[in-house]
Amino acid sequence: MVVIETPVARKRRRFNIEKYLWMFMRGSGVLLVVLIFGHLISNLVVGDGIKAIDFGFVGGKYATPFWQWWDVVMLWLALIHGSNGMRTIVNDYVERERVRKVLVGALFVVAAALIVLGTLVVFTFDPCPAGAAADLLPSFCSAA
Amino acid sequence: MSIAEATSSPQVPSGEVPTFTATIVVRRYDPESGEEAHWQEFAVTVHATDRILDALHSIKWEQDGSLTFRRSCAHGVCGSDAMRINGRNRLACKTLIKDLDIDKPIYVEPLKGLPVEKDLIVDMEPFFDAYRSVQPFLQPASVPENGRERNQSVVQRARFDDTTKCILCAACTTSCPVFWTDGQYFGPAAIVGAHRFIFDSRDDAGDVRLDILNDKEGVWRCRTTFNCTEACPRGIEVTKAIAEVKQALVRGI
Repeated sequence: MVVIETPVARKRRRFNIEKYLWMFMRGSGVLLVVLIFGHLISNLVVGDGIKAIDFGFVGGKYATPFWQWWDVVMLWLALIHGSNGMRTIVNDYVERERVRKVLVGALFVVAAALIVLGTLVVFTFDPCPAGAAADLLPSFCSAA
Repeated sequence: MSIAEATSSPQVPSGEVPTFTATIVVRRYDPESGEEAHWQEFAVTVHATDRILDALHSIKWEQDGSLTFRRSCAHGVCGSDAMRINGRNRLACKTLIKDLDIDKPIYVEPLKGLPVEKDLIVDMEPFFDAYRSVQPFLQPASVPENGRERNQSVVQRARFDDTTKCILCAACTTSCPVFWTDGQYFGPAAIVGAHRFIFDSRDDAGDVRLDILNDKEGVWRCRTTFNCTEACPRGIEVTKAIAEVKQALVRGI
C-alpha cells in the first residue's frame, strides 16, 4: 500500500541560485541580441563597412565612453551567459561529482580571467601609442 | 468513386477489413536468463484497424507466450502501455499500425530512463516517487461555504483544465533528455501534477508545491526541448505547463 506522508510546509529556502541564473539567461539573451547586432552593424555595415576596420578604427572606438561601455557590457553578458550555458551542460551530462566540480570550477576561472582582462583592455587602451606611424593612428592623436 | 472501386476490388471483399503482414521487432529482456537485452523479430498478420497493442497480443497469444508487457484498459485511458515505438514514446493501444511505415520493421522497446524489469515492463516507482513528492492532492485551508462544496467558476476551472488530463503513463518524463541523464529531475509528469493543483482556486498549498519545485532539481532543470509535449498521448501542452510554473515562481501566482 502506498502511504503518502502528511504534507508539511517545507522551510522556505530564501535563495535559489538556479532561479536567478535562469532569469539572467532570459534577460541577458535579449540584451545580447541588441548589443551584438549593434556591434556588427556599426563595425561591418555603417560607413565604409568592413574596409574601415584598422587600428585607428578600433582605437577611435575605445576612446569613446559610449563604445567602451557598450563593449564592456557585451563582454560581461556574453561571457557570463556563455559560461553559465556551459555549466548547465556540464551539470546535465557529467555524472561523476568530482569531475563535474573541476569542470564547473575551470569554467568559472576562465570566464573570470577573460572578464578581468577584457575590462582592463577596454578601459586602459591607449589609442595613441608613442612612436607609431601617424597614418595608422586615429585622427585625433596628432591634434593632441 | 473510390468506395465503389475498393468494395469491388477482388482482394478486399465487401465488408472485410484488409489485412497485411507487419514486422514487429521487440526489445526482449529476461532478468532470469542472464542474457543481455536483445531484439527479436516477429511477423504478424494484422488488420488495418489494429493497433500496436493488438500486434503484441497476437505475438503473446499465438507465437511467444513469454512476451511481457503492461496493459489494462487497452483504450488509451489507463496509461499502462506507454512504450517506445519507432523511437517515439506512445501508447501501444492508441498507435494504429497502418499509420506507421509498414514497409519497414516496427521497433518496439521499453521506455527509456527507467530501469527495465522484463521485456517492455519498466520499474515505474522512481516516476511515481517524483509524482508523490509534489503532493498531488487537494489541500484546502478553508471550510467550504455552506458546509457543502467549493464552488468554482468556469474560468477558474479552465485555468488548470489541460493538466487534469494526465493519465500518468510516463511517456513525457521518459522522453525528457534531462530525466535520462541522472533521474534526479522531477520530470514533466510530476510538474504537470503540481500544476494541476497550484492553479486550482480551491487549493491553498500552491506555495508549498512551488517551493518544492524551486529545488535544485526542480523546474529550473527544464531545458524547454518540447520532447514532453510531443510525447504526450493526451495532447497536454506539458512544456507550457512547466513554463507557467516557472512564471509563477518568478512573479508569484
